[in-house]
Amino acid sequence: MKYTPLYQAHIDAQGKMVDFGGWEMPLNYGSQIEEHHQVRSDAGMFDVSHMTVVDFKGTQAKVFVQTLIANDVEKLKTEGKALYSCMLNESGGVVDDLIVYYINDEDYRMVINAGTTEKDIAWINLQAQSFDVSVEPKFDLAMIAVQGPNAREKVFAAMPGVENIAGELKPFNAASLGSLFIARTGYTGEDGFEIMLPDKSAEFTWKMLLEGGVKPCGLGARDTLRLEAGMSLYGSEMNDEVSPLEAALSWTVDLSNEDRQFVGRKALEELKNEGAKNTIVGLVLEGKGVIRNHQKVVTSLGDGEVTSGTFSPTMGKAIALARVPIDATGSCEIEMRNKLVSAKIVKPPFVRNGKVLV
Amino acid sequence: MSEVRDDRQYTQTHEWILDNGDGTYTMGVTDHAQALLGDMVFVELPVAGDEASQEDEFCVVESVKAASGVYAPADLEVVEVNEALDDAPELVNSSCYDDGWLVKFKAENIEDLMSAQDYTETLD
Repeated sequence: MKYTPLYQAHIDAQGKMVDFGGWEMPLNYGSQIEEHHQVRSDAGMFDVSHMTVVDFKGTQAKVFVQTLIANDVEKLKTEGKALYSCMLNESGGVVDDLIVYYINDEDYRMVINAGTTEKDIAWINLQAQSFDVSVEPKFDLAMIAVQGPNAREKVFAAMPGVENIAGELKPFNAASLGSLFIARTGYTGEDGFEIMLPDKSAEFTWKMLLEGGVKPCGLGARDTLRLEAGMSLYGSEMNDEVSPLEAALSWTVDLSNEDRQFVGRKALEELKNEGAKNTIVGLVLEGKGVIRNHQKVVTSLGDGEVTSGTFSPTMGKAIALARVPIDATGSCEIEMRNKLVSAKIVKPPFVRNGKVLV
Repeated sequence: MSEVRDDRQYTQTHEWILDNGDGTYTMGVTDHAQALLGDMVFVELPVAGDEASQEDEFCVVESVKAASGVYAPADLEVVEVNEALDDAPELVNSSCYDDGWLVKFKAENIEDLMSAQDYTETLD
């Protein structure tokens, strides 16, 4: 089992610890619904130190990242600017989804998923062989996500000096001070920061935030928040077999520069010509009950499957992301506990910045 | 540690049953069960007058994490259900032995129940 530098802090806060892909992580600290509301209405923090930071440095860093991922870092012109993208295999399936930060043309930083880290690094090293780039995983960095309408203000109050470097940051931008790296990004649909910092500073910073009124939130709330925000989860909405074009992630694929031969491009172009068959949509249950992963979805155009189902604490209803035949709209039925239950097909997100959008 | 109360009996599937002394019984889920399930979001109850045979799934408690059936411990007739759970399913978390009860029912006799002490031992 692997432990983040905040393990003891979770135990002290009565965290209910679970095995999350080999990491001992807090599922909740009592009530995941209260933690969810805390983030929507004020500010909460998540230990996401299990995720991995990888730096890419060298004269060919830019052209390498342009080859490695499906979005184009050509778009990134200013230091700290972030871009969401998928990294694909040759068949166009998703190896992982990630955020890449621009430092300069010879220096990029990427944040990849915890569960895929080993696979990703092997894959990246394989791709990097013919480039002048060094691939540097930063296993000695912790990461704390502080999210909610009051998150930024509370971070500024709890962490002296941060307002000077991050006070003016626009969404999807990052700033750094020594080994502290602060990004105005997140996975909840609320404003806030993802703070990368050395392992040895994590516990102190967590305590300062705690004293500043930021409540710890577990992986349970993190999942309901990201699902309300309509954000994909690797392994659920997409995986090695699923193309971003069939996961409602076409907006993260940039085919505009025909000279940019990124891994998986050929497969994506073929799929585009044939026409994608499936997509990811949102579902809202009309009656009672909770939609669960892998339940069957029956639409007028054919069957689909729930990729992520849950109860939305903000809406007080069950919601889901589901893979369905492309063009399926209107209503559908979900097979729940041997009954067909009616649901509405909607376009995610369900909730952003505290407001219900569907 | 999960709370177990001495005034009632228990099933192997983590429900408690309280003999009301007038031929009716009150039933709910134990502290251990509610903690395992996590935040409750829906409770599906029968209506008064419904009959259930032993081992029928006659209630469903559904948490953020999972849906869990509650099975009839005997052939029974429902006499009252806890309607407060419709609007406040979280009572099952906050007060599983009192305000978070599920149903009251009539039954001839209920077999295979455990005492509080025996139930506590199964939790170790």
